[in-house]
Formats: sequence, C-alpha cells, structure tokens
Amino acid sequence: MDPGHHRIAIVGAGPGGLSAAAHAARLGVDHVLLEASDAHAHTIQRYQKGKHVMAEPPVLPLRADLPFEAGTRETVLTRWQAGLEAAGVNIRYGAEVGAIERQASGFRLALKGGGAVTAEHVVFAIGMQGNLRRLEVPGADLPCVQYQLDDPDEYRGEVIVVVGAGDAAIENAVALAAQNEVVIVNRIDEFARVKDGNLKLILKSIESGRIGCYYRSNVAAVERAPAGSARPFVLVLATADGEARIACDRIIARIGAIPPRRFVESCGIAFPGPDPMALPSLTARYESSVPGLYVIGALGGYPLIKQAMNQGWEVVEYILGRDVRPADHPLFEEKFAKLRFGLTVDDTLARFQERIPLYREINPLQFREFMLGSQVHRPEAGAVIFRRNDYTDTFFAIVDGEVEIEIGEENPYRLRLGAGNFFGEMSLLSGRRRSATAYAGGGCVLVESPRREVLKLINSLEAVRHHIDRHFVIRAIQTAFAPNASDEELAAVAERAKVNDFKPGAVIFTEGDEADTLHLIRSGSVAVSRNIGGREIVTSYVAAGNYVGEMGLMGRTRRAATVRANVATETVSLGAADFDALLARNPELRQKVQALVRRRLAENARIAAQPQTGDIVSFLMQQGIGEATDVLLIDEGLCIGCDNCEKACASTHDGTSRLNREAGPTYARLHVPTSCRHCEDPHCMTDCPPDAIRRAPNGEVYIRDNCIGCGNCERNCPYGVIQMAAREEAGPKKAVKCDMCKDLSGGPACVRACPTGAAIRVGPEGLLDLVARVER
Amino acid sequence: MQESLLVYRRLRYLWVASALAAAAVVAYALHRPPEPPNGGTWLGYTLGGIAAALVLLLAAFGIRKRAYASTLGSVRGWLSAHVYLGLALVVVMTLHAGFQFGWNVHTLAWVLACLVVASGIVGTWFYLRYPGQMSRNRAGETREQMLAELADLDRLAAKQAAALGGEFPDVMMSARDRSALGGSAFAILAGRDQSRVVLPGAHAGGSQALPNPSQSRLLDWLGHELAESTDGERTRQIHELMTLVNTRRGLLDRLRRDAQIRAWLDAWLYVHVPATTMLLAALAAHVIVVFLYW
Repeated sequence: MDPGHHRIAIVGAGPGGLSAAAHAARLGVDHVLLEASDAHAHTIQRYQKGKHVMAEPPVLPLRADLPFEAGTRETVLTRWQAGLEAAGVNIRYGAEVGAIERQASGFRLALKGGGAVTAEHVVFAIGMQGNLRRLEVPGADLPCVQYQLDDPDEYRGEVIVVVGAGDAAIENAVALAAQNEVVIVNRIDEFARVKDGNLKLILKSIESGRIGCYYRSNVAAVERAPAGSARPFVLVLATADGEARIACDRIIARIGAIPPRRFVESCGIAFPGPDPMALPSLTARYESSVPGLYVIGALGGYPLIKQAMNQGWEVVEYILGRDVRPADHPLFEEKFAKLRFGLTVDDTLARFQERIPLYREINPLQFREFMLGSQVHRPEAGAVIFRRNDYTDTFFAIVDGEVEIEIGEENPYRLRLGAGNFFGEMSLLSGRRRSATAYAGGGCVLVESPRREVLKLINSLEAVRHHIDRHFVIRAIQTAFAPNASDEELAAVAERAKVNDFKPGAVIFTEGDEADTLHLIRSGSVAVSRNIGGREIVTSYVAAGNYVGEMGLMGRTRRAATVRANVATETVSLGAADFDALLARNPELRQKVQALVRRRLAENARIAAQPQTGDIVSFLMQQGIGEATDVLLIDEGLCIGCDNCEKACASTHDGTSRLNREAGPTYARLHVPTSCRHCEDPHCMTDCPPDAIRRAPNGEVYIRDNCIGCGNCERNCPYGVIQMAAREEAGPKKAVKCDMCKDLSGGPACVRACPTGAAIRVGPEGLLDLVARVER
Repeated sequence: MQESLLVYRRLRYLWVASALAAAAVVAYALHRPPEPPNGGTWLGYTLGGIAAALVLLLAAFGIRKRAYASTLGSVRGWLSAHVYLGLALVVVMTLHAGFQFGWNVHTLAWVLACLVVASGIVGTWFYLRYPGQMSRNRAGETREQMLAELADLDRLAAKQAAALGGEFPDVMMSARDRSALGGSAFAILAGRDQSRVVLPGAHAGGSQALPNPSQSRLLDWLGHELAESTDGERTRQIHELMTLVNTRRGLLDRLRRDAQIRAWLDAWLYVHVPATTMLLAALAAHVIVVFLYW
C-alpha cells in the first residue's frame, strides 16, 4: 500500500489532535498526525516556564488514551510525550498543510514544504491561534529574527528592532526598552487599532527618546554585518525617504497571525455567517459540510483542553462507524432527571429544539453544547423567576406551560407568554438590570441559558439574532411606552424600528437638527451636551434603558442638545409618526413624557448655570463611568493617602489589593482610582474560556475559582483593573478583581475602612447628584 | 463635597461628647463632698471609671482601623467619635482629678492624656488642611508619573546639553546627580532643597559644588551663558535648555512639596501613638497604685 496514504489524517498536534491520534494508534487504525511546528502541543509549549495548566470544566470526565490532569506545563507536556510514544502515534513534525483537495475517494493534503499525504478521513484540530505571520524578505531566516518574546528580562544592553505596530509589538518594545536600545518599525504613519493605554505608552516613549521609531517603513532585508562591526546584524528598511540601515542584535517581528478561518474555508467547509466569531457548521458527530472532513477542538467552538481531548477520542470512534455516547451524556441524564419526561437525552434535546422555534435553526451539536451550559427548571406555579431590578442576565425559553411577565411600575400589567416563547433578552442585550418581574405559570418547564452561550449563538446564527432583536424592540417599546399593548399590536412598529450601533464618541443627533426620531438606549450610555457661549458643555448623562430625543418630538421643534455615545452604544430608534401613534394610544403616556421633558429642561438650565459641572461629567465619562454600574471614587479634598482602602481590600481578598488608590486621573478633587467599574456590558466577560466571570444579582462582576489564568480578561479590560495573582499561597496565578466584597456583610471594605470618608461608591443613579455636590 | 469626619452624621459624636462633658460638669458643680473634690469620692470614682473606659475606647480605634473585615460601624464613624470623645476625655479626667495635681504617677497619666489629645487635635487639623493642598500640588499626577516625567526631562536636557557641547554636559550631569529629593526627616518636613551643582570654577582649575536651591544657581549660570552667546542657533538651544530646567525645577518643587505634606500627615502620629502607649502604662500604674495604697 502507498506509504503516503492513511485511513485518518489528523491536522494539528494540539490536545484534540494528540488525543485522536493516540486513540487511533491504540485501536491499530492506520493514521498520520501532521504538525506544522517541531513539537507537540505548540501553544502549550509556548506558555511560560512552570505555568499551571488547568483541567476545566471539572464536572466533565476525561475520555482519552492520553493522560491529562491539572499541573505544570512541563508535567502535562512530558506525560503527553510519553503517552504518544507508548501508543505508537505516527506523528510528522514540520508538516504544515497548505491545501486540502477532495479526491475520488478521500482527500489529498498538500504540504507546504513539498510532498503530500492522502487519507480517507481528515480531522481538523488546528485551534484558533492561527499561524504567526513571518517576515518574507531576504535574510528572514537568520538567527537574529524571532517571532516570540518569552521573557524581556533575558536581554540586556542589546539593540533590538521590533517590527509591527499592534498591541503585542508595543508591549514587547516597551518592556525591552528598560534594559535595551529599542527601535520600533511601523508600516503606516500612526499606531491605529491598539489599546488606548498602549497608544499613550508608545507615543510617550517615542517622544521622550526611550524608543526610536520608523514610520511608513517596510522591512526590505536582514543581513549579517561585516566582521568587526559593533552589532552582528543589519536590518534594511524601505522608508518614505529611501533606504535606512539599522545595526542591531535582534529583530522581533510581531506582525500578527493569519486566522485559520480562511484556510478552513478554502477546504470547502461552510460557516453559517460572516461574523469572525462564527463557528463552522458541524453535525453531532463533528463532521463538517464536507463529508469525511471533521472539525474538533477550539476551531469547532470547544476551547478547553479536556473537551478537545474527549472529542479527539470520540471522532475516531465515529469515523470507525461506532455509536458511542458523548462523554457529557451522564451530565445530561442528571440535568434532565427532574423533568420526568421519560425520554432519552437525545429525544429530550430534540424535543426542546422542536418546541422552541428560536432553537430550530441551530445544528444539533451546537445545541447540545448550548444545553450543556444551560439549566432546565420546573418552577412551581406562581414562583418568581427573576425580579425587576435584579442584575441577572440569563435568557429563558419556555418549553411547556406559561410565564407571566409583569411590566411597568405604577400600574403593572401582566403579559402572558406560552410555550415556544422566550424572555430575559432585555438584560441579556443591555447588561442592565431586569426591567420586569417574571412569574411561573402552571406546568411550566424552562431552559435557562447563560448570557455567554446565547451571545455565541447570536453571533453565529443570523436567524437567531434577527429573532431576538425583533423581540427586544417589542419588549422595549412595551416597557417604555405601552405596557398594555400586545405583541401583535406592536409588531408593525417593531418592524419599522431600527437598531443602531454607535461607536464611542459618535454623534446620535446634533443640536439644531430637525427632530424626527426617538432613541431608546439599549446598551451603553450617552452624554447630552449643549453649545453655551461657543463651548460644548455636557449637561447630562443618560444610561441604558432610558430614551433620548423626546423633547424635540413632543414640541416638533429642532434638537435642543447634542447627544453622543459615551461608550459603544446601541439604540432602537422610532420614527415620529410611530411615536405619535403610541402617544395617542395612551393619554397617561403623554403626561409622563411631558414630566420627563420638564425635568430634563430644569436640569439643563441648572447645569448651564454651572459650566464646571459639565466638565466634571465629561471627565467622568472619559474615565468610562458612562458604562459603570458601581464605581469607586475618591474625594481628594479628604483623602490623607493612608491607603487603608488598599490594605482593607488586600486583607479581605487573599492578600492582593484589587484597587490602586494612587493611580488613575483626577479632576476637580474627584479621583478615579484604578478599580473595577462593574461595567454594564463587561469587557472582561468577552472572551473567558471557562466562563468564570459572572455577574451577581446585585450587579457585582466577579471571577469564580474555575478561572484558568489565561489572562484574556486582563487584556480585555480597558481600565486595567484585573491582575493575575495567586489566590492561595503557592497556588496558580488566576485573574483577580474587585468583587465589591459580595461575600462580606456590611458592604465594600475599601469604603468602610476609609477613616475620612474620602472613598465613596456611586452608580449611574447617584452620579449627577455627586457631581452637583462637587461644586460645594 | 463629601462631608468631613467632623460633620459625620450631622455632628452625631459632637453631641454625644458635649452631652457627656456637660453632664460631668453639672455633676461636679452640684456635688458637695465632705472633703475637697478628688478621685476618691463616689463622683470621683464614677468620673474615673468613665475616663478609663473612654481611654480604652479611644485606643480601640487603632484595633478597629486594622480589623478590615469588621462590620462594627465604619472606620469613619469611629474616627469621628475618636476625635470628639477624645476632647470630652480632657474634661472628664480633669474633673475626676478635682484639679489636684502633683509630681506623681497620677498627674503623669493626666499629662500624657493631654499630650495625646493635643497631638490628636494637631493631626485632625492636618487631616482637614493637607489633603486639598496635596491634591492641588499633584495636579492629577501620581508620584510615579512625576518621577517618570522627571526622567524624561533629564534625558531631553542631557541630549540638549550634549548638542551644546563644551561645559554644558558636565554641568547638566552634576545638576542632575546632585538634585536632592528627600534627605533627613527634618529636611523633608521643612521642605528644604539641598540640591547642589558643580559649575566651572571661577578659580583656575577648580570646580566646586554650590548650593542650588530650586535650581536657581544653575539657571543663573545658564542665563549668564545665554547673555554671552552671540550665535543665534546656540542662543536658541540654550534657551530651550533653560525651559527644560525650569520645567524640571517646577516638577522637583512639586515632588518635594508632596513628600513634605505626606511627612506632616504622618509626623504627628510619632507623638500620638507612643504617647498613647505610655498613657496606657501610666493609667495602669495609676489604677494599681490607687487600689493598692488606698
């Protein structure tokens, strides 16, 4: 038989690929494992020395022919290496697959270095990291060129050129500049698309001469310096002013990675949508839209090591045509036991998909994963599912029975929802508190899903997004203007309403414009400003869940103020005619809106008389208070700098203070220390592999113990309030941040420990009051 | 903006302390003991007991301040009470003594208590006075930011001096190396600038380190060089260097002022806390002596 032909070719020797290959080897199935780098588990190899590797989620049993449990990077790698050898895995290093073609029977995998492998089945386990972009110039293979920087302290007294203008390049350059002479090379004439903090850092370093910079320059070549030169290498740059030569010791190229999606698509695998978060469409047996081509691990939406290893084992079983139950089967059995449906796990899942139209669009594998993260409930009739003003953000679908949603405060109205409907999308999308109270009806069966799982669905399935959006608009209009209108009555209005996205700082409408729309703020917050004596003065701040633009619509006048997004903001806009129709439906509503207009006019007049107040509001908005639910502020007129707040925080939180009192900006006596703002839509939650970041019912954003220490949240937080620290002595480093002392009675220790009353915590409701007091 | 510790909860502890002191004064005025008023009458014992309890309560602030997980009131409330009850203590213990003073351990306890209260009054005054000054002096920057800015200015000044050549690099380096921040506790509290600079000696061959408070000596020298310069480009460069030195001077002054304020915010505790420890010892001696030698 052809030695280059195998039954199974596995691409990528990460946890999933290793496990698949080990299982194939154990079963004696002819296979090959192709790895582009020169070692197994490339990503884990690149972890820093001694890093603790976690085995999440703990409830999931491991099913693999390779050992795996939490431990140091070295232990994990050594045990895998031993496992590979014991199983007799056929692994080829330095074999990067360049293209995959379908053939009459099976596939042909062309390797980048030349040569090819053919196989009946292909398992893709290439992860999401992508391949690092490399310099493609003469001399790029010289030993002075590297693409990684493990420990900047390793280098001293060298001349180092950092190529690239992204966050990684800047962070490397700044870290290296402490002990070396550093030059950074940027292709364009600015540092675009980097974090604000990094931008300031690099510009300041360049300005002060700590780091040299070549703008609008491209690397042309790398050469060895002539013998006797002070530095062994020369980097040749093509700049706007001609050629430049930099004598150097080392070149670190941080020019990004090529995301794997393009390559995956080139193999014919379909994705459900254009969103970069979208996952390839897979069957329950990990088979992609190309029969015979399987996808496992992070690329298929399973970023955790244990999941990927289990899938590696299972995919080989499936390829062999065996019917094995997935490793999570017992978890589902337990989860569904209380439903007393008397159905198998697969039938129960199928029934959920059949009963809930929203979930019909989802492929069974994705739905299974979605359900693994979700809970099922059988609440007693009349039980409260969530209360108005709770900070929970889960999403509910009704499988059986009925739910009543109580909308409105003064004259509450109960809306009945039957099987197949869903609710809870308001808080899910806005990150704000619950806007209504939900009660269970008789015979009620619910699926409760965490925000992250639902967002994953919304991002990968356009149909789900559209469905939830439309629902949100109807519910938002009901809550704000028409509590007693049915979904059907509002359907037409909702169809005409638009969902708008605004970037931070974008103008929603401008003073003096014709007033023709009303904006309901669905997420984020806005600043209202007026031009007073030639200066733009911020007069107010409006949080998500409220609306702006009513003033102009009521009087049919021009806009009395300019409204801008403070942070990334989404609004639902209604046209004037629709708003009029809503007003006509409900005479009380007109009075309510008029009262709001009066209140806002009075507020505007008060602030216009005290321009400094506006400056303080703008300062606070710049500090991200516009998306805060609870923020620590310090009155510098009272702060004696004793740091008792930090000591109290450290003492009540495993010895690490989660706030830095001194750091952070100050304006008009108000100091914003580096401390969590408990954002409405927390940036830190965006990409947490074990879903360890949660929001408590009172609004606190906290990190659970199942944190794997990956550092994503630390990088994603624009306010620098998350640190990596050991939670117990000699324990692994995990992310830590302010949890608002949710487990202590008596409230946040920082505020209670302040001897002078300088430390205060405020939410959006108290902010304008506080600002008014700064004047005094 | 936020209420200060003195007006905490609408002066709650001022009222409590005033009521306590007033009650003590009234009782003392109405009391007609057979002998001159002293600690041995029933009122003397009562006032002594109250005063001792107050001392323990006041000293307990030091424990509460560090009991970070405690839910027993807020530290701010405790401090507010600490201040007012400390003032009341002076009244209560003086009446307890019946104005009888002598060269003995009893009066020592009274003197120490007065010293603790007096240093506490000074501390309270500092707490009210300095934070605003410190905030304005920092102008929104942290000490680390100011130090980083200083390092940047030093680098720019060195570059400029190197471009000028001649005596400039040496002078600038000496001014940088001999710029003083900190120093003895006294120098910090006084905010004294002990910076020096080595200028090219007027005497042939010699250079000497001259006092350079607020970089004034250096600026004088630069001004002199500026006046001497006849080359337009060189004049511009010296002028630029002077601007850098001036900015640097402002920064150094602010850093020094910051250290000074912080030092004063701490300094009074060096009297308050040791005096408290001594007071507790003297109080214990006072109580033991009274009961042993009745």
